[in-house]
Formats: sequence, C-alpha cells, structure tokens
Amino acid sequence: MKDDIKGYVTTKYFDLPEGEPFVLDSGVDLHGLRIAYETYGVLDEKKNNAVLICHALSMDAHAAGYHNGETKPGWWDDMIGPGKAFDTDHYFVICSNVIGGCKGSSGPSSINPKTGKPYALGFPIVTIRDMVNAQKRLIDFLGIKKLVTVCGGSMGGMQALQWAISYPDAVASCIPIATTHKHTAQNIAFDEVGRQAIMADPAWNGGDYYNGDHPSRGLAVARMVGHITYMSNHSMNEKFGRMLKKEKLGYEFTTEFEVEGYLRYRGDSFVKRFDANSYLYITKALDYFDLTQEGSLFDMFKKVKCRFLVIAFSSDWLYPPAESQEIVKALKMNGRDVTYCEISSDYGHDAFLVEFKEETKLVKHFVNRTFKDMEDKNGQ
Amino acid sequence: MVSKIKEELRLDHKIIGDMVDRGSTVLDVGCGAGDLLEYLVTNKDVKGSGVEISEDAIYSCVEKGLSVSHGDIDTGLKEYPDHMFDYVIFNQTMQQVQRPKEAILEALRIGKKVIIGFPNFCHAKARIQIFFGGHVPVTASLPYQWYDTPNLHFLSIRDFRSFCRAQRISIEKEIYLSDRGEVKFLPNVFALNAIMQIKK
Repeated sequence: MKDDIKGYVTTKYFDLPEGEPFVLDSGVDLHGLRIAYETYGVLDEKKNNAVLICHALSMDAHAAGYHNGETKPGWWDDMIGPGKAFDTDHYFVICSNVIGGCKGSSGPSSINPKTGKPYALGFPIVTIRDMVNAQKRLIDFLGIKKLVTVCGGSMGGMQALQWAISYPDAVASCIPIATTHKHTAQNIAFDEVGRQAIMADPAWNGGDYYNGDHPSRGLAVARMVGHITYMSNHSMNEKFGRMLKKEKLGYEFTTEFEVEGYLRYRGDSFVKRFDANSYLYITKALDYFDLTQEGSLFDMFKKVKCRFLVIAFSSDWLYPPAESQEIVKALKMNGRDVTYCEISSDYGHDAFLVEFKEETKLVKHFVNRTFKDMEDKNGQ
Repeated sequence: MVSKIKEELRLDHKIIGDMVDRGSTVLDVGCGAGDLLEYLVTNKDVKGSGVEISEDAIYSCVEKGLSVSHGDIDTGLKEYPDHMFDYVIFNQTMQQVQRPKEAILEALRIGKKVIIGFPNFCHAKARIQIFFGGHVPVTASLPYQWYDTPNLHFLSIRDFRSFCRAQRISIEKEIYLSDRGEVKFLPNVFALNAIMQIKK
C-alpha cells in the first residue's frame, strides 16, 4: 500500500474552516475541529468510488500501508490494498481518527485554543453520532456525495450503522461487523471498570496530567479488562491454558501464568500509544450508543436506503451474533436488501481483525456488486 | 459461455423460471449456493434473495452478487413482513425442515405465491422396492440411505394435494418430472419430482 513517491502512506489533516460551527449532541459547539485521516487508492473523476472505513476503540486513521520507518502496517492492512477486500486498484479508501481520540483528531489531549493548554476533561463529551457527523464534514470537504460503502468492526460498525441512518442519501451500502445497535448493561459495566481503573490511578489527577506522569497503571488495567472481552474462553485456553512462565508454582504474587504475562504485556504496550482521557471519552461514547433512543430499531431503519452486509462471529460474546440478528431482522421487516453471515470462529470479538479471509469473501463481492449497481443507476 | 450454462441448466430451474413472472420479487428458502436464484436474476430479472444455513453456501451466493441471510428455515421466515415477496420458493428443501406445515403457512404469509419442489416418495420404483425388496426405497430423487438422509419428511404428490385441500390452499400450477422429462400420466406413480405453485 503506497500513496506517494516514497512508497509510504502519510496521515493528513482536515481543519474545519474557522467560524464554521460544529455542534455536538451535548449542545456544545466544538471550535477548531481537526480530523486526522488517511486515504489509499485514487478518487475517480466523478468521485464515485470512495469507501469509508470506521475504526474501533483503540485504533486510528492508519488503517493500511506503512508509515515511513514503520515495520508494522496499518491495523486493517489485511483487508485494504491492491486486490484485497477493499481493492485500492478500484476504490478510494478513507479512514479517519474519531473525534475524542488521541491520534490526530480533536480530543482531550488536543490544545484548547482558548487556554493554550490540553483540554483534558474540558473537552466536551462526544457520541458515536458526533464522530459520524465529523466524518461527514471530511467527506464533504473531499467532494464526495455518495460513498460506495461505509464499513467498520465493533465501534466502527456502530459508526457504519449511524451513517446509514443519519445520511441515507450519502451511502450506497453499509457493512457493520461484530457490532451491536446499543450497549447492554454488561457492555457498560465492563467499560465502567476500565474507567474506574484509570480514575483510581493517582497520576490521573482529575484528568490533568499532561505535564507530569500519565495514569499508565490505570490505563493498562483498563486495557487488560478490555482484552479479556475481546477473546473467547476457547481462544484463551488454546493460547495459554494454565501454562506457567516458570516450571512450577512459586507461591508468590508475581506474574506466574502465561495469560497474566500476556495481559500485562498488552496493557503496558497500550499505554505507550494511547491517551487515558481518550479512553474515558471513547468508552463513554460507546456506552451512550443506542439506536433505539428515539424509537424502535424497526422505526430507525425506516429511513435507511442502502443495502447491508451484516457480519457476526460465532464466539463473539461482547457483541454476540444474536445482536447482529436483531439488526438484520429490523432491516428485513423494513424490506431492506440485507445479507447476513455468521462466520464460524473461535477468536471471540477479535475475530473481525483475524478472520480476514472469510471477511474478504463476503466484502469484496458485496462492494463490487454495490458499485456496479451505482454505475448502472448513474448510467440510466 | 451462454450455451454452456444452458446445457448445464437443471430442468427444475427452467420450470420454476417459467412459473415466475419477469421482474418479480423472490425469496429462495434453502437457496444453497444460489444457482436457482442466479438463474432467475439473469433470465427473469427478478429481485432475489435467499435464506441458507450453510456458511460456505453463503460465500458462494455473495460471490454471485446475491443477497442472502444466514439462518434456519424454521425460524428465518418470521422475520419478513406479510406479502413482501411475489414468490417464495422451496426447491427440494421443504422435506428437510422441522415443521413443514408451519414453514409453508409462513411462506404463504410472506409470499403472494409459493413454489414448492419435492421428491415423490410413491414413485413406481419406490413402491417396487418396498413391496418386493422389503427395504426403504432409494431412488434418483431420494438417493439417500435411511441412516444418512437429510430428509425428515416423506410425502407423495397425493399427500401434498390432500394437505393443500385441508389447509384451503389452492394449487395454481403443477408440473411433474421423471428422469426423462415431464410426466403427464399417473404422476403419483411415474413422477420422481413435483413442482407446484400454490396460493392461499
């Protein structure tokens, strides 16, 4: 995946023109909104071949290809590139960092223009709909009237669903993967444990820590809890079982089991790349997400116009297949064109990042079909 | 390429294609890899979708550009509104559902018309095998041994007709097939398969 002469991809930035309001669901007007984004492939002359990828909680705009000096590609490089599910030989693929995040888009670690210091908890609460509204501004700026598809896994799937509802004329298809239409009590509970872990870290300091030590212990614990929900009992047993790091039990409180070591590693590596306040803001957005706030799911889908490909994974207990089936049912009752597949996988929620071969079989043809229908319609 | 497809075309697909109006909406229940749906989309311009239980078959359908829902026939039909489709098709799948009566009545609710293709259990060969052979019949349309058959229900053309009478379902079209083509004479004895279009 290369987009410039050096062969590397770069993150670009879009700043909302000064004076242009961006009113959030909370009613707050977010001044100086900035969106970090990457693009892969070439936008055609009619600007008809654009695809939007929405990322999950801990990801960013860097979905594919390599940044200069990097050895690891973007988080969904298996799916995006020449000949891949989102084929950059044919499509113009866009991925932007969500607002509230910490990877270039406006968030709690951004500088508040009014104070010259990081917003910290002065940053307004954002929702999934706010994230989507920000993406819409970016799409408008790029001059794209209609996306071939909007796709995402987990929180990205929520954004994809919100796109189909908020901007029915701007999307020809929607691919929500391993997602749900609302956070359940259990989902909120896990998120709250993560938030409390961060807030209980003395270094958090009411969110005001950018000049000193960051609440790394708290954020690491939050990530460890999150990680448990992304795996299945089966995949954990396969990977670790009761394996020990040493030969026998030490009768002490060190990291003895392999699974403990793995979770600590995951937690520790996460704090190097993620801001604790962003973790609070984004999990809050997840918990606020509920498409049935203003009516039944059936009623909410009355306004959608696009076709859908809904994908779930058999061992995902964070957003289990039954929740995707609720979405499919409400779409069918509205007479919408929907394809549903439950991919058999042992990887739990993480499967959406792992089972790319199966996802490719579905996504590639679905996107091509959608694009062909768009072209046929335009040709008429 | 076109002539090759025509050669390979299954007779039942052609017959169902002749029953379906051009440009209509179709739900194929137990659509498998989507061959019939693809034929109907290509030749009759239908707006088609399917319900299918096999994950691999779903991939084949999506590859063909079809919309298909991964699920169980016995529960999957409840999710559609009344008369959403012009036709609901059960081709060689009705004998494999848990509760055929409920499935057919659900199909008649969500479809204006239902097309059912099923193997005739009372074909002459089957009768001979039971009567003289003393074993459960294995025929061209029922090719399975008792221990590995996917079929849960066994019926004859006469059985299906009396079911329709009892349920006040009208039979609009009926075509009977043997391995040599269409059967007009004593279908309940000489037909291996029946294809019927019904309506409530």
